[in-house]
Amino acid sequence: MNDAQGGAELLHAPLVIEYGFMRTTGPVIGAFLTGLREQRVLGIRGADGRVVCPPAEYDPTTGAPLSDMVEVGAEGTVTSWSWVAEPREDEPLSTPHALALIRLDGADTSMLHVIDVPGPDSVRTGARVRIRWAEEPEGLITDIACFELLEA
Amino acid sequence: MAPARDVAVVATAQTDHRRALPELSEVEMIQPVIRQVLDAVGGIGEIDFTCSGSSDYLAGQAFSFVMTLDAVGAYPPIVESHVEMDGAWALYEAWLKIQAGHADTALVYSYSKASPGDLPKVMSRGLDPYYYGPLWPDSVAMAGLQARAMLDAGTITAEEMAQIAHRNRTAATANPHAQVSGSPSVDELLAAPMFSDPLRRHDLPPISDGGVAVVLAAGDRARAWSDRPAWIRGIDHRIDSHNFGARDLTTAPSIALAAQKAGLAGAAVDIAELHAPFSHQEKIVRTELGLGDGVEVNPSGGALAANPMLAAGLIRIAEVADRISAGTAGRGVAHATGGQLLQQNLVCVLEGE
Repeated sequence: MNDAQGGAELLHAPLVIEYGFMRTTGPVIGAFLTGLREQRVLGIRGADGRVVCPPAEYDPTTGAPLSDMVEVGAEGTVTSWSWVAEPREDEPLSTPHALALIRLDGADTSMLHVIDVPGPDSVRTGARVRIRWAEEPEGLITDIACFELLEA
Repeated sequence: MAPARDVAVVATAQTDHRRALPELSEVEMIQPVIRQVLDAVGGIGEIDFTCSGSSDYLAGQAFSFVMTLDAVGAYPPIVESHVEMDGAWALYEAWLKIQAGHADTALVYSYSKASPGDLPKVMSRGLDPYYYGPLWPDSVAMAGLQARAMLDAGTITAEEMAQIAHRNRTAATANPHAQVSGSPSVDELLAAPMFSDPLRRHDLPPISDGGVAVVLAAGDRARAWSDRPAWIRGIDHRIDSHNFGARDLTTAPSIALAAQKAGLAGAAVDIAELHAPFSHQEKIVRTELGLGDGVEVNPSGGALAANPMLAAGLIRIAEVADRISAGTAGRGVAHATGGQLLQQNLVCVLEGE
């Protein structure tokens, strides 16, 4: 099973796949996304009192339904990161950047997002970052355009 | 709890996995593999239940598995099912069907071609669609978050990661189906630049086209078809939260729970085939399974040698079963994972008699 059999030319054509679903967001995720539109970040208090952000409808550990939403900060701490040297189309930043888990102040879990930094030497676990808001909010996670480093 | 019925893997086959098989459709790719296991047991007429694993996101069309059923043949009619998961979970469904007494034999297969698309990007479509999906995080950078968490916590070192990659790809030189085999020295690996910091290229699995097929049979049917069936002593699957930011990424408790439910601790194993696509993940799986130093891990080279999506987990079961049936192993454990960052995990304990 070689890649080309007998030197025959293989014909190629693009295939664009779209899954055009609209999603309803419900009372918890919907409240979070609505908050982003107003530049507020909401978490939710878990069964053990920890604040889960972004908020989950059910406790990540016990599965208990959750409803006590609390506002958290727009600044936070990097809990893990990796380097994206060649961003693909559709990623939040078109320049090389860090993909990161960020624990916002007042939250006990981490949010996935990107950090706009010039190179991997500029970011580290424990670094302090803040939200850079999108100019035109849409009620999506991308209303957070990215995170940026807080000056030391 | 011991299974009610003794069920064994009696035949396996897999493709020679390659980066791209552009001249073959999914059906053409998997049909010879299905044919091989069916020939070993007397044909599709002997099979009570057929279950497959594949992904529409990779095939590029809805209900793509229906097309692939052509590879099983149009006649006789079959009873069949499908999971949008690794074939290890298709095997689990078939095993349940046999446990329930609704079948005595089963054909299980799974396959994918990742080559037509951009796999690290396609993988992001399996994530939470509200918080993660809109960021289109590539699967390599996602894995890097987990590796970084382990490096920061001191549960692995870059040297250990290179050693894992080196050991797997060296072992793969004895695996005729492997896509990537042989490895530069650990020192040479560590001298390479970062690919997606903290991952170097050797920490990544290859992107593969390929597939695998297995036949299961109960009791005397298994003994009739195999001189030394690989009996499934226990099988279980568990899941950790899809909310990766709320997980401790240095662990995967669902693996330990699945291993406990599958009865792994009941007796020592000789070999383990672990579905750890990224080098650092092998350390997590190994730790959660509690494997001792005497266990031979990934004699096939594992997912670092060939990683056909939806098939690499079932291949682990096939690799353990092959060694038991060949008499080179007495008892072994196979692990399969689904999703990213070891989110879903299946553990299967196999034994000869």
